[in-house]
Amino acid sequence: MSVFESYRLRLRRKARHLRGRLRQRELAPLADRTAAIDRQSILLFSTMRNERVRLPYFLRYYRDLGVNHFLFVDNDSDDGTPEYLLDQPDVSLWSTKASYKRALFGADWLNGLQKRYAHNHWALVVDCDEFFVYPFCDTRPLRALTDWLDSSSVRSFSAMLLDMYPKGPVSSHHYGEGQDPFEIAGWFDSGNYTISRNPTNGNLWIQGGPRARTYFGTEPQKAPALNKIPLVKWHRDYAYASSTHMLLPRGLNLVYDEWGGEKASGCLLHAKFLDTLAAKSAEEMVRRQHYSNSDEYRAYEAGLRSNPDLWCKWSEKYINWRQLEILGLMSKGNWA
Amino acid sequence: MSVGFVMLCHTALNRAAQVARHWAERGCPVVIHVDKRVTRTAHDRLAADLQDLPNIRFSARHRCEWGTWSITAATQTAASLMLASFPQVRHVYLASGSCLPLRSVGELTEYLAGRPRTDFIESVTTEEVGWTVGGIDYERFTLRFPFSWKRRRWLFDRYVALQRRFRLRRKMPGGIVPHLGSQWWCLTRQTLSAILDDPDREKIDRYFSKVWIPDESYFQTLVRKYSVNVESRSLTLSKFDFQGKPHIFYDDHLQLLRRSDCFVARKIWPNAERLYSTFLSDDPAIRTLAEPNPAKIDRLFAKAVERRTRGRPGLYMQSRFPNEHWENGKTCAPYSVFEGFSDLFENFETWLGKGAGSRAHGHLFAPDRVEFAGGETVYNGCLSDSAALRDYNPKGFLTNLIWNTRGERQCFQLGPGDRQDISWFIATDPNAQISVVSGAWAVPLFHSNRNFSDIRKDAARLQKIEAEHLSILRSVYAKARVRIWTMAEFVESPMEPLQTILDEINPRAQRRLTEAPKMVDLTGFGQFLQNLKNQGMQPVLMGDFPAGDDPQSAAALRGKPYLVK
Repeated sequence: MSVFESYRLRLRRKARHLRGRLRQRELAPLADRTAAIDRQSILLFSTMRNERVRLPYFLRYYRDLGVNHFLFVDNDSDDGTPEYLLDQPDVSLWSTKASYKRALFGADWLNGLQKRYAHNHWALVVDCDEFFVYPFCDTRPLRALTDWLDSSSVRSFSAMLLDMYPKGPVSSHHYGEGQDPFEIAGWFDSGNYTISRNPTNGNLWIQGGPRARTYFGTEPQKAPALNKIPLVKWHRDYAYASSTHMLLPRGLNLVYDEWGGEKASGCLLHAKFLDTLAAKSAEEMVRRQHYSNSDEYRAYEAGLRSNPDLWCKWSEKYINWRQLEILGLMSKGNWA
Repeated sequence: MSVGFVMLCHTALNRAAQVARHWAERGCPVVIHVDKRVTRTAHDRLAADLQDLPNIRFSARHRCEWGTWSITAATQTAASLMLASFPQVRHVYLASGSCLPLRSVGELTEYLAGRPRTDFIESVTTEEVGWTVGGIDYERFTLRFPFSWKRRRWLFDRYVALQRRFRLRRKMPGGIVPHLGSQWWCLTRQTLSAILDDPDREKIDRYFSKVWIPDESYFQTLVRKYSVNVESRSLTLSKFDFQGKPHIFYDDHLQLLRRSDCFVARKIWPNAERLYSTFLSDDPAIRTLAEPNPAKIDRLFAKAVERRTRGRPGLYMQSRFPNEHWENGKTCAPYSVFEGFSDLFENFETWLGKGAGSRAHGHLFAPDRVEFAGGETVYNGCLSDSAALRDYNPKGFLTNLIWNTRGERQCFQLGPGDRQDISWFIATDPNAQISVVSGAWAVPLFHSNRNFSDIRKDAARLQKIEAEHLSILRSVYAKARVRIWTMAEFVESPMEPLQTILDEINPRAQRRLTEAPKMVDLTGFGQFLQNLKNQGMQPVLMGDFPAGDDPQSAAALRGKPYLVK
């Protein structure tokens, strides 16, 4: 990497920070409980729109893992999301009506908030339909993981997005508030992920899974990226470059071993394929606020109309993290 | 009362207090050293917590930094205080604030009382130590280390390099043979006091204060000078990972720890509530007089280190993406590639599946779709049969397939009509067994009902592709088990090569091949080749087929597909 190249990346990182600072003006605080954050707190950042029905289970899941404080940006919901969040004692809430797309799909908003509140904290950045699974998550709280990462001098932890889907058409099961989404969407693809390395940023680019298999069988390069680095010991100089797929500085993207070993990693179980998706994609066709002209949602919209089944006879039923570890989707690394 | 504990604490003081109280209340004196970097208030709170216990002392505080003399100095101070204040103590046990006793004090005292003159300290000569991290072992004793490794890494490294460059050496004080070992020991009063009251101590201390990580060598070396009975192992269960930092125990290790029969374990995660409450309660558990047996835990941690350093061969995933040639196994299991066989034999895949007891796919790299065995559209691990998805990352496709079907041998067909991007990968993969009948692609052309000029063009194209492929298989970089026959050679006696291949795939299969695959009709093939030549194309890869002289064995095989043994 040339001096010029690394300087370019530095400028890019600075630009992200500037954007983050400017877009902070779009955020109006509805509930600022950040005074409750102490030095040890593990923080969770998320931006959302009309996720009221998912929230109760989402909050419960992450509280049980040991997240201490939630920092949310609400993007113009009209289903009671902000009202619900205002009642939660461990949630700080900002709201905005500005464009999600122009805020780099929410990254600007969160980069700004993280710069202000997450410095020197372990911060988890996830969407409302992403559920973090890490080695030993059934017996050890999130704090055990972050303590171990601290003692190993590891700053970032990768968790690949694992698309979960139901058996039968997506719309055939109703998701009720507070329900574990994986009771419905309990299946996943175990071994059709392909990986390449991004030479500039050093991150891996993972594609595959049921979306690539069913919607992008003829245009694989358009299949959504599944690599994510959601858990980072944040420093105010860091920035997410593109959603949570890529970080700057580049060193944070080196979550994989290049000499044959395995580093520890987790998974983000993605509960996107519930009956709530139909309403989302219909709305998205009008708003066009998602990545690459909402190509993905266009595909869903088309797919959902024919009511497809993502399930196939080779689909795996989710059991626990150990199963994912054995299948090679995540790794314990040297954590024992 | 025969054992006293020296505790070195720097974090999680509340847990240290809990453990100190446990020991002190059961009659064992405790001397606590608190790192000077701990705030005064935290220190005072700890002292206040424990002030009701008469047999707990606090020693003078040192500022401790890993790898430096300060930790040894702190140990000396605390140990001296222990020996001076509690004359009845026979064994001194060095522990840390994150240690946890796994067996009752009664068991430990009984164990030590039975071995009154034994010093438990891991003490190994530098030649035999395998665990030093960073490559500095003997040089710990011969170089100087004035710079902090944690804070001044650059200077540390430069200074070491400089000393190596100019071959600077320190002289060791007389009578010292360097030994290394775990920091956590249990020494008798006699040995410990001999070390601490050594008339040469000043000189020895001055020497060790410049040694790298003296807490792993000071007592370990000196004990050899005074002890009459060194038992070279630590009573503390403490395991290190590949970076040299201790493994941490959590609640889910409870059963493992219980069954290890070790006396003390380190390091315990401070929030491991269940471990602390279980082991610090006076469970009237069965008193075993068993020797410590940490084998199970050793295995667990050894496996973890192996996972981190070597990984699972053939796996490519989010946290394991090896650089080329560092894969430690490009694929995870052996597989076989057959080239030309399916052109030469009818229903070769069916025959192969039966004969080799493996999964026989068609042309996995066919241009229009992936021909999985049995015509499946989706395969193990939800691999799709879409050619576009496969061609997007052919190497990923193949490694995924082999990974997904662990435990079942995969065979597939390849030919010059297929996508060739995978050639180099399989050629350089030691797991690949590649068998080629070169030139067999001409057989389908021979049987096709097409204009001869088109056939000629196709033949020229396929021959060029296969020639390139063969040169890859014959390159010096090829690591696969490659066998190449020309078609003429092969049809002469097809059974022998087939038997060799199948034996290699399934070495345990005792029986010989009884059923030969049925070879296609080759009558007139020689003439066909001659026609190609006449049209100006030179077919070379199939070997020598004289025009008009049709292969005998092919005709013979057609007559009797069953061989007699």
